[in-house]
Amino acid sequence: MSRPDIEPVAHGYPRADGRIGIRNLTVVVYLVECARFVADAIAAGRRDVHVIGFGGCYPNPYARQMLERLCTHPNVGAVALVSLGCEGFDREHLTRVVAASGRPVTTFVIQQVGGTAATVDAGRRWIDEQASTLAAARTAPLLPADLVVGTICGGSDSTSGITANPVVGRAFDRLIDAGATALFEETGELIGCEHHMAGRAVTPELGREIEARVAKAARYHLAMGHGSFAPGNAEGGLTTLEEKSLGAYSKSGTRPISGVVTPGQALPGPGLYLLDVVPEGDPRWGFPNINDNAEIAEIIAAGAQVVVFTTGRGSVVGSAIAPVVKVCANPETFRRMADDMDIDAGRILEGRARLDEVAEELLALIAAVAGGRETASERLGHREFVLTYKSAEPAGPACLPTAR
Amino acid sequence: MAEGPRVAGAPALLLLAEGDSVLIAVADLDAGPHLASTGATVVVTGPVALGHKVAARPIAAAEPVVRCGMPIGSATETIPTGAWVHVHNLASDYIATFAHRGGNR
Repeated sequence: MSRPDIEPVAHGYPRADGRIGIRNLTVVVYLVECARFVADAIAAGRRDVHVIGFGGCYPNPYARQMLERLCTHPNVGAVALVSLGCEGFDREHLTRVVAASGRPVTTFVIQQVGGTAATVDAGRRWIDEQASTLAAARTAPLLPADLVVGTICGGSDSTSGITANPVVGRAFDRLIDAGATALFEETGELIGCEHHMAGRAVTPELGREIEARVAKAARYHLAMGHGSFAPGNAEGGLTTLEEKSLGAYSKSGTRPISGVVTPGQALPGPGLYLLDVVPEGDPRWGFPNINDNAEIAEIIAAGAQVVVFTTGRGSVVGSAIAPVVKVCANPETFRRMADDMDIDAGRILEGRARLDEVAEELLALIAAVAGGRETASERLGHREFVLTYKSAEPAGPACLPTAR
Repeated sequence: MAEGPRVAGAPALLLLAEGDSVLIAVADLDAGPHLASTGATVVVTGPVALGHKVAARPIAAAEPVVRCGMPIGSATETIPTGAWVHVHNLASDYIATFAHRGGNR
């Protein structure tokens, strides 16, 4: 696999499936809310042990698929499942999937182990026993083709579309040109951009799929009772719906769009992909994603090793499993919340940097984070995780024309 | 926003992508000449708030207005260079915009 002609971005942790992790975490997975306290107690105070899980008692294929993808994510080195014992989640299946990926995996069933204290004790001992696995060295050169970067915006304001989002777009162009994989979202915030996106699709069929999926998102949001363009948007300088959507869309840069995936689906190869987070059909489980972290979890499940999060008003979240790089669009927000931010894109507004310079800085930071540098949210201990009931159907061949 | 440590002589108007027909105000601007990130000086014809747009060049009626490389609607009248571009002279090609006070603050 060695390609001496290509400079590695960083060095990471090799996985049996060929992917490369930029972190080497143990995840403790609660399989129902009733097991969450025990999972939290097992992980408490341990830097590289993150808690993820699903709170529902009744099974949900989307949640199952998401946890399979997350437990076999390249940043994950070991997996401990925590079950109460009577919930509907198919823990045996998840155990088999993780074991087949070559990762150490164990299951603690609280009702069998003997309650809270006994399970916490057993869980903490098991994690200590994995120390040698988790002390593995960063031996794998992470080439651009091994890098998957996702992006999301949250807490946006009128500066987001001027500074941070175009910065990410320029960085994405550079990543795609280098042979990396990049993922942007979300169909519901791209209403008005569908024809422009369709023009960037690598095939006409994919272009029609993108248009149809944005129309589906518009129907879904209408059924949920959303207005999308508020009068306050116009006061911030946005004139049309397509201009508002453009603010978010500009994170995707300018390169061809290689495909569309739905949550829980893998990305088939390098290129730029759109994550369609909106379920098919009438709303069944509520909002497509109840908050930013529900969407970040979907971006990570698609394989992103790092997530770039743009914010204007100032979000503080990070995530379990993958580092979140915060690009702050608004210079005043940056001054007020500097500890939570990684990149000060708002200085573009003050004439202290150009878009290209900040894009350059973001690319350098992504490389450093891939090599182990902590992001602001990692340093602060953020490891949010949200997974709820949802339906997601895998996108078909027209959405993934480059897949073999 | 305006009281931040702006660099003296820094561009007040930002071109987001080559070929765009609008520039974005990076601060609340008075009418008059302002430096754009292209290096050109653009005479802004009236006060423009942070985040709002002015024409980077003359825009014909019905011409698509391009921001960050994407059409964001069509001009409803001829727009001269330096004029504020907003709901009074730009309409969505998609769906009508509802705004209070002409979309001004």
